[in-house]
Amino acid sequence: MSAASQDNAARTGVIARAAIYAVLILFAVYYLLPLYVMLVNSLKPLEEIRQGNMLALPQQWTIAPWLSAWSTAQIGVQPIGLRPYFINSVLMVVPAVFISTMLGAMNGYVLTKWRFRGDSFVFGMMLLACFIPFQIVLIPSARILGLLDLSGTVSGLILIHAVYGLGFTTLFFRNYYEAFPTELVRAAQIDGASFFQIFRRILLPSSGPIIVVTVIWQFTNIWNDFLFGSSFSSVDSIPLTVALNNLVNSSTGVKEYNVHFAGAILAALPTLVVYIVSGRYFVRGLMAGAVKG
Amino acid sequence: MAFLEIEGLQKKFGAADVLKGITLEIDEGGFLVLVGPSGCGKSTLLNTIAGLESVSAGEIRINGKRVNELHPSQRDIAMVFQSYALYPNMTVAQNIAFGMEIRGVPKPERDKAVAEVAEMLQIKHLLARKPSQLSGGQRQRVAMGRALVRRPQVFLFDEPLSNLDAKLRVDMRTEIKRLHQSMKRTIVYVTHDQIEAMTLASKIAVLKDGVLQQFGSPAEIYNRPANMFVADFMGSPAMNLIPAEIAREGNDTRLKVEQRSGEPLSLALGEAGAALKPGKVVFGIRPEAVTDPDGADRTSRNVVEAPCLIEVVEPAGSDTFAVTNLGGKEAVVRLRADAKVSPGQTAMLAFNLDKAVFFDPETQLRLT
Amino acid sequence: MADVTVIVPRRASERRLAIQELIPKLVLAPSFALILLFVYGFILFTIVLSFSGSKLLPDFSTWVGFGNYQRLFAHPNWITALKNLAIFASLYIVICSALGLGLAILLDQKIRGEGALRPIYLYPMALSFIVTGVAWKWFLDPGIGLEHVMHQWGWESFSFRWIKEGKYAIYTIVIAAVWQSSGFVMAMFLAGLRGVDNEVIKAAQIDGASTFTIYRRIIIPLMRPVFLSAFVVLAHLAIKSYDLVVAMTDGGPGTATWTPALFMQKFTFGRNEMGMGASSAIIMMIMIFSIIIPYLYSELRMGRRA
Repeated sequence: MSAASQDNAARTGVIARAAIYAVLILFAVYYLLPLYVMLVNSLKPLEEIRQGNMLALPQQWTIAPWLSAWSTAQIGVQPIGLRPYFINSVLMVVPAVFISTMLGAMNGYVLTKWRFRGDSFVFGMMLLACFIPFQIVLIPSARILGLLDLSGTVSGLILIHAVYGLGFTTLFFRNYYEAFPTELVRAAQIDGASFFQIFRRILLPSSGPIIVVTVIWQFTNIWNDFLFGSSFSSVDSIPLTVALNNLVNSSTGVKEYNVHFAGAILAALPTLVVYIVSGRYFVRGLMAGAVKG
Repeated sequence: MAFLEIEGLQKKFGAADVLKGITLEIDEGGFLVLVGPSGCGKSTLLNTIAGLESVSAGEIRINGKRVNELHPSQRDIAMVFQSYALYPNMTVAQNIAFGMEIRGVPKPERDKAVAEVAEMLQIKHLLARKPSQLSGGQRQRVAMGRALVRRPQVFLFDEPLSNLDAKLRVDMRTEIKRLHQSMKRTIVYVTHDQIEAMTLASKIAVLKDGVLQQFGSPAEIYNRPANMFVADFMGSPAMNLIPAEIAREGNDTRLKVEQRSGEPLSLALGEAGAALKPGKVVFGIRPEAVTDPDGADRTSRNVVEAPCLIEVVEPAGSDTFAVTNLGGKEAVVRLRADAKVSPGQTAMLAFNLDKAVFFDPETQLRLT
Repeated sequence: MADVTVIVPRRASERRLAIQELIPKLVLAPSFALILLFVYGFILFTIVLSFSGSKLLPDFSTWVGFGNYQRLFAHPNWITALKNLAIFASLYIVICSALGLGLAILLDQKIRGEGALRPIYLYPMALSFIVTGVAWKWFLDPGIGLEHVMHQWGWESFSFRWIKEGKYAIYTIVIAAVWQSSGFVMAMFLAGLRGVDNEVIKAAQIDGASTFTIYRRIIIPLMRPVFLSAFVVLAHLAIKSYDLVVAMTDGGPGTATWTPALFMQKFTFGRNEMGMGASSAIIMMIMIFSIIIPYLYSELRMGRRA
């Protein structure tokens, strides 16, 4: 358990402990502040934001900004709200997460339980791919999407996200399966199970936690992506983050801050819900992604 | 023709030679134990027999049939792993039946086979549990059940008892021996525990650094170790290996051993020395072959007594071990529990030279 | 590691064995091929492009040697981007690490309510940089945000308009980025602190060390690997930083908050300078790889030794 906690806690004086709590709570306020600002101001009429105080609760509560952000706000040239883009994001995220997680699981299985000469080289290449600045693949990616006739389509974005997620999904599953006892695989081989049977009957039933971690990681990353979305989408396939940015940064018309805030929360909602529901796995994914090897 | 034959087996991992030409065989119903320190290649050897690892050269035959190219599931073997390797997501019954399920054995038949094995191993009440709900000893039984249910030609055991506590290990050892006697199947068993090797084996193969050191019955291995490594490795406390010199005095062959204090020992070897040439040797004698004079083996033809300085006394209940210094090395001797010795005292010790072995200090091989 | 020398099949059983040894590689092959093409092939493509005179579209007929790189480093916008990256990266890394370590140490004092505080510190990591950008953009906006609030509260002279000032705008991006990532760094340090061997601490206490000394001399030095991981993660995020800048300032005012990633985007797709855009991407990759490759190399080697 905790390093210095118990014994030190006894020694540290009451004043020191009060100070510690004060600092910790102050930072909690700091981290919560932007969310609070977004939330209260998304429930105010525009006039109240301009005249009033951003930190104050609404005097006149309204959900009009939410409705506007969802279905009528002007984005680009169309007054259709964020809803179609929300749907685009869902259509893009679900298959991309599914494909990259499945391939990552198989890769991790091969790289740990069916090792071959050069496997660590293959893994090294896939691992390094996690870290490239995506700017370096933007131009050729655009070309290849064009060649495949996928430019500006949701399918094109699915392909791109699935491919560039492979490094991380493989890393996650490889590290997880590395700790999975190889003797189980050998026992199954002696029992006559085939390559796929061993995966499906022996490894997969024990992979629940890492599947959750990987799915959350991929979901968060792809849902929150802006670069690929802004580079490879067209009117019919723009994902939510790009639409939100268009909404907020459109230079024409009145700046409807309340609608912007409502839109921002809408865009954040799916990942926030995932975080609240399964924070433990979310953190584990972050850690796994940060501490490589 | 032996039942399981291993001929000139080699295994290389890249540049490293793990097995350097092993040749072994065991008859049907035999119990072959592969023993050696960790890293000696014994587990690799077992894995190649199982087909879990490929071989670089050589041949493995089971019942006269070459199996090198066969998949593990086609070799008609079963294996019990060190960690038991029970599938964590399946119940005990499913674990035992998994191999049959893969082979497409119908459910009623599977259930019947599982019930039989569960009966034999007294694990009937555990069948619905998951491995995580079992104790170490119970897991061990389930792992054996999974092997038994296959009714294979050869059972392979990979250090199956090493994860159990001392008491349970002795019980399971007896149980394995009983199963072997009742089933009369061929067993290959890997262990680093020489007591397990001695108690279970009909044949022992001692390995070191991928080389077979000695292959023989437990008695051969114990009494006539092929070299100093085997002598040192098998037996507990280990055999004393004492630098000494052979000298001829008239018709007598005598063994001269330096002591830390006092006169060097000079033991008349009698028959035991007949074939030895004068010069330096390593004198190997097990602790139980050096006793207090009253405890000496009366059936032995060649017991000589000599005074030795006792340095440490370690009572062990049934026996008392004493440490003396011979040829510049500590030597452990086993006295009767009530032998009256105390540290610093010079006591007469009886050397049973029938049990003595001699090694060449250069080649480390046994001389006679 | 199984030997995989595939022998020429002699018998049916042997052939089956060979096929079974092939299956794993066949399963891995598509992923590896995709990575080879989409990552390494594309990097090669961009390298080639960076030596070409491509403008609006890839153009492999005119070659300019290192011309794009020379023009790049002569361009004031690129120099601005590099300066901004230096300011942003160093502040971002230092503040995140200090804040992360500090919060982790405070949280590690047997705090009641740790379970509630930790997720609050960490949730920004689940948000899109675009959402973070929108929140901070308007919160720091002088017209409606912090300055406005202070004026409302009666502090009429309060002035905070960094986001509108070329000289200071980059610091507002640091504020937002720190807000987003510091909780994550805190989590890394907290995991590190929880991994410290309790007996070492007890030994130090018996030696009479104060809490402060124990942290300074024993625990914080033990956090070296965490500092390293945090540095690598944060540096890599800093070099890639793009979304947040776009959402908060879109590079403005003027070009005051351009970063290399923004430069690449604007030059390639906005100003039809694909050759220069490619060369800027190559420079970004070199920066990231010079941090990541030694790190991965040492991590993998340590993993093998363990």
